[in-house]
Amino acid sequence: MTTTQPSPRAAERDITFNLLKNLTLREIRAEYKRTALGRVWSLINPLAQIAVYSLVFGLILRVAVAPGENSGIEFFPAWIGVGVIVWGFISGSISAGMGSLMSNAGLLTKVYFPRWVLVVSTVLAKASTFATELLVLLVIMLVIGGPAVLLYAALLIPLLVLTCVFALGIALLLSVASVYFRDLQHLWTILAQVWMYASGVMFSVDIVRGAQEAIEAENGVSLPLVTLFQLNPAERFLSAYRDVLYDFTVPGIDVWLQLIAWSAISLIIGSLVFRKLARNIVEEI
Amino acid sequence: MGEPAVSVDHVSKHFRVYSDRNQSLKATVLSGRRAKYQSFQALKDVDFEVPQGTTFGLLGRNGSGKSTLLKCMARILNPNSGSITTRGRVAAMLEVGSGFHPELSGRENVYLNGSILGMSRQEIDRKFDQIVDFSGVEQFIDQPVKNYSSGMYVRLGFAVSIHVEPDVLLVDEVLAVGDMEFQDKCLDKFAQFRDEGRTVVVVSHGVEQMRSFCDQAAWLDHGTLQAIGEASDIVDRYSDVGHGAEEAAGGGKRYGTGEIRIDDIHLLDADGQPIESAPTGSAVALRLRYTANQRVERPVFGVSLATAGGKHLWSYDGLAAGAVPDSVDVGSGSLDIRIDRLALMPDLFDVNADVKDHHKTRTFDALERSLRFQVTSGSPRAAGGSMVLDASMTMPRAER
Repeated sequence: MTTTQPSPRAAERDITFNLLKNLTLREIRAEYKRTALGRVWSLINPLAQIAVYSLVFGLILRVAVAPGENSGIEFFPAWIGVGVIVWGFISGSISAGMGSLMSNAGLLTKVYFPRWVLVVSTVLAKASTFATELLVLLVIMLVIGGPAVLLYAALLIPLLVLTCVFALGIALLLSVASVYFRDLQHLWTILAQVWMYASGVMFSVDIVRGAQEAIEAENGVSLPLVTLFQLNPAERFLSAYRDVLYDFTVPGIDVWLQLIAWSAISLIIGSLVFRKLARNIVEEI
Repeated sequence: MGEPAVSVDHVSKHFRVYSDRNQSLKATVLSGRRAKYQSFQALKDVDFEVPQGTTFGLLGRNGSGKSTLLKCMARILNPNSGSITTRGRVAAMLEVGSGFHPELSGRENVYLNGSILGMSRQEIDRKFDQIVDFSGVEQFIDQPVKNYSSGMYVRLGFAVSIHVEPDVLLVDEVLAVGDMEFQDKCLDKFAQFRDEGRTVVVVSHGVEQMRSFCDQAAWLDHGTLQAIGEASDIVDRYSDVGHGAEEAAGGGKRYGTGEIRIDDIHLLDADGQPIESAPTGSAVALRLRYTANQRVERPVFGVSLATAGGKHLWSYDGLAAGAVPDSVDVGSGSLDIRIDRLALMPDLFDVNADVKDHHKTRTFDALERSLRFQVTSGSPRAAGGSMVLDASMTMPRAER
């Protein structure tokens, strides 16, 4: 219970903000240093993934998606692209944030600063990459779907903020938990796989609905597959981004409320656990 | 003075030492609880205050808890009970270059490291030139720090740390960085800190450094506070116990492993007669008598001179003199160290003697302040100081 007296709160906030900024810049600058293509890699990766998924699910498995509601886009890679990029950010920022304490163990054992700064800066660094990817998506949608997308583009900002808050809450929780239980790192990679499929990155809710109806018709049992599917917060985020970028519509108020609720729950639980467990991580790290 | 800069209030800290550090969920689930551990008490009810504006040393052996205490002061560790209150801004220098990223340039790392140590952007902007100047790496400031030599890396890190200018600076064994010139710069900076009324808390093994550097000190052993007070007193008590010293005949102190013992030292005049004082410039000798309790290969005998005030002036030993015997056999013997001209100003001086193995890592015996002698006035003369050099001065000449 060490206390630093009467350092004015404003100055302290200033210093923490400066630290947050510099750590975020460190993450961003250092990630692609000394690679020939530099930041272009952050675009090549998702593009390659989109190409593979489009081939497998679009061309070979023939996953059908409805054309964009207002945009009229009938281009599978555009549809799956939104999912791949949004999911890539959610899972990528959570796993980077969760490892941020352990990868900065040297710093934690030698200097005192608010520990959450490490997790937040990692998530923010990922968010900056995500924002560029969204911009690229926006341009692509503009080209293939017409200028109407610009009417909805501003909605991406609150969506991005909510996604960050949601991912941050989980990252905070997992970052301290994984200091105590190292297995979580490995467990997380499995969970992330399951979660990705459950979030409908490669198939739409229509396919789930189709499966639910088919099961009901064949066996007479009614499984609430669609409801379960939509209880998944990641699916809600994906569908909101698809509303904006693929369908050129405003996500429904129910979707917004769900996103806000999920983000709030995630951040509250994450920060409560973090505050409780972060006190003594230096001894465990 | 006034209020203390740091008050340590009945602080205890224990660590969990895991017998099998099995940090897995499986182990937890199977055993129904966390892995077994033993509690290790690093600090036991430590209670003292560091007055404002002092340079305060924390002394103790390895594992005595001094670094743990420093980390508690730095808020890196939390005490299990008790509390630590610090006044003003605290910066810890437990490592130099914390958070340096090898791929980033020196400039970027100064900003990064500065913000980690709690500086605002404006503050770093303001001090940037001073920092770079202090570190002496101007030419390389825009290169990635991974290209730096280890000396440059450390100097840049140290330069940032020292420019945080906190009210309380916590330092852990980082004084020994850089070359002599850089160390002097650092000591100057610490002196400046003290003049500005800032508080410095230092953890060090370097006992002599502590004596000259610190005003006050606390001595920890096995997590408990042994003594606190004037640095020189505490250092004396600590080094006595640390070395297992005993009072030697003649009032000096003795420690060592005992294969060879130094019986006594005498000051002799040119005729070999024992004397207690000698004039400046006279020829004298120090006779050192020893008893070997077993045969010892290549022992290195040595003496050193210090002023009565404790300032170290001169050391001389068998290695420097080229007088290391292949061995000494069991029994007694003596050796003389001849000084042709006693280049000391009139004053009181202490002689220390020791005998070590030829790596000088093991001390067979050391006799501290076992001989005190007086230097009386003679020639040459000097105006002040401790030494008398062979010097002369011309008459002033006008320059055309």
